[in-house]
Amino acid sequence: MAYTENELAKDLQNQEYKFGFVTNIEADQAPKGLNEDIIRFISAKKNEPEWLLEYRLNAFKTWLQMTEPEWAHVHYEKPNFQDIIYYSAPKQKKKYESWDDVEPELKETMKKLGISMDEQQRLTGTNVAVDFVMDSVSVATSFKAKLNELGIIFCSFSDAVQEHPELVKKYMGTVVPHTDNFYAALNSAVFTDGSFCYIPKGVRCPMELSTYFRINEGGTGQFERTLVVADEGAYVSYLEGCTAPQRDENQLHAAVVELIALDNAEIKYSTVQNWYPGDAEGKGGVFNFVTKRGLCEKNAKISWTQVETGSAVTWKYPSCILKGENSIGEFYSVAVTNNYQQADTGTKMIHLGKNTKSTIISKGISAGKSHNSYRGLVQIHKNAANARNFSQCDSLLMGDTCGAHTFPYIECKNSSAKIEHEATTSKIGEDQIFYCLQRGISEEKAISLIVNGYCKEVLNQLPMEFAVEAQKLLAISLEGSVG
Amino acid sequence: MIKIDNLHTSINGKEILKGLNLEVKAGEVHAIMGPNGAGKSTLASVLAGREEYEITDGNVTFDGKDLLELSTEDRAREGLFLAFQYPVEIPGVSNVNFLRTALNEKREYLGQDPISAKDFMQMVRDKSKIVELDSKLANRSVNEGFSGGEKKRNEIFQMAMLEPKLAILDETDSGLDIDALRIVATGVTKLKSEDNATIVITHYQRLLDYIVPDYVHVLYNGRIVKTGPKELALELEEKGYDWIKAEFGE
Repeated sequence: MAYTENELAKDLQNQEYKFGFVTNIEADQAPKGLNEDIIRFISAKKNEPEWLLEYRLNAFKTWLQMTEPEWAHVHYEKPNFQDIIYYSAPKQKKKYESWDDVEPELKETMKKLGISMDEQQRLTGTNVAVDFVMDSVSVATSFKAKLNELGIIFCSFSDAVQEHPELVKKYMGTVVPHTDNFYAALNSAVFTDGSFCYIPKGVRCPMELSTYFRINEGGTGQFERTLVVADEGAYVSYLEGCTAPQRDENQLHAAVVELIALDNAEIKYSTVQNWYPGDAEGKGGVFNFVTKRGLCEKNAKISWTQVETGSAVTWKYPSCILKGENSIGEFYSVAVTNNYQQADTGTKMIHLGKNTKSTIISKGISAGKSHNSYRGLVQIHKNAANARNFSQCDSLLMGDTCGAHTFPYIECKNSSAKIEHEATTSKIGEDQIFYCLQRGISEEKAISLIVNGYCKEVLNQLPMEFAVEAQKLLAISLEGSVG
Repeated sequence: MIKIDNLHTSINGKEILKGLNLEVKAGEVHAIMGPNGAGKSTLASVLAGREEYEITDGNVTFDGKDLLELSTEDRAREGLFLAFQYPVEIPGVSNVNFLRTALNEKREYLGQDPISAKDFMQMVRDKSKIVELDSKLANRSVNEGFSGGEKKRNEIFQMAMLEPKLAILDETDSGLDIDALRIVATGVTKLKSEDNATIVITHYQRLLDYIVPDYVHVLYNGRIVKTGPKELALELEEKGYDWIKAEFGE
């Protein structure tokens, strides 16, 4: 008899998360738990200046006063913050002077993840500079020299603290203050590394800058910080990818990303998030509690594009503060949840300046027993004359055991503003699948076609090679989920 | 080409086809007519492999293979094509992308290499002429925002691209104005050859003015109760189905 849908679903359930392997590499770790001593330990390990230690300790004090947010439409067992290792670094003999110095195990890990750091190879193919962050520590950054010529700084956050403390001090925490929220405060206290990027005035970054985040060690939390500053008239396109090994426990990831686009600057920030989502029964998986926000000065533009397929629980709202006149904020999102995944994600567009514009395109896809929520805020302040917003929130349901929810908030204090909101909910129909099958297209390919068609507006925003990867990822995350 | 022997099918416990027999040879066109609820669309769906229908008895041989053992997609790859009565929309998926995927899946199944982009586009240009389909439609999303007539023309365009051995047209004439009907029907006729066959399911005789059938069958109450030459269609048009019901009613 024919291979049925149920059999396919079963096969695919058993299909393993492709990035679930663990690298056997010695790690340098802090003891479990969180207190001032741990923070001092981290700061000392990283040889940080006094002001940064102060910043951390302040954040820690603030954090102690805060409670974990509960307003999101997600349910999970709260992490025990004393049961987490806050510092874990691949043990390295010395700093890598060149790619050749990197241990073979690490190279192998990157190879499995499909990351090539080989500049020679990359020169002939794609043009992407990569910073690889494993367990909170930046391992390697490629193309440094080439970027240096243009005055572009692209390095690990730790290196930036050592080599460009004035820039870090000037901008860090200006968009996401340590008092912002529970997870941002925690991150500000214990962050271990991340990426830093500075594009000088008038420079158009000639290649995509990319950071690849990887959690490896068990029991560790990942708390990285990303700070991207595009000086006046500068342009940069920044990519971020994430994976983690398959583990039964829940791992915590609480990152902070700050973008600063000065006058006439443009930042395009793309994320493909594929943290381990837990198994088919909902065991394990990453808690992804991330604060991402960008600040736009005059005529500046920030564009967030995210494809979220991983994590057990996602709590994430990449936002734009449109401070300067004529500034533009964009948010393009595809969030996929399957099995027992939960996502509460969306954006905030804060219109402060005149003639500011924002666009929100959100595509949620829910399958299995998952819940997928869009939560968004469009806020027009009283001085934001002629502000414009267009929001479109679409939900796609696969099967009848999942949920899609939309929580759009609009606050408008200027009567000249124009705000549009559109929302749709649809199902991948058996009819659509049958139509494809009747044309000889397999169910797998049919779902991939339909889902990619549905997400097209968002995928079109991604840089070419990322878009291809995202398309594949969407297909993998959803295989066998039409029931 | 296809031989249906004593086919019984039911849906939700209700028997729809009750021992249907039909044989269609290469080069032939068969029309299936019949009153509403006779099981015409069920027959099309069952042959294409819709899963809701349970096959309780009977055999279907398609080009020497046991059709009922094949999955829906393999039936399509073997050369069975269904022109849908209500073609679905697939937003965001361009017609060309859809067809190229379909064509390459078929080629892979048959052990052939994927078609090159150049050959494919040439094929699109050639075949879209058959149904006078605006080449712009080829780049639009599958059936999205298409008029009723465009959707049906698109079905025949897909048929032209996929070059099936057996095409089943399920009420392809429904919802078409006279001009669209002529274009669609002429398209089907152009695709006719000695090596393929067509089953035309229709309510009305007018489609058969363009697609001239070799045989007309009357499907009633889950069985083919009468078979005749193309003139039978005219007789049905004139007299309706009451006399059939009277003769074969249960």
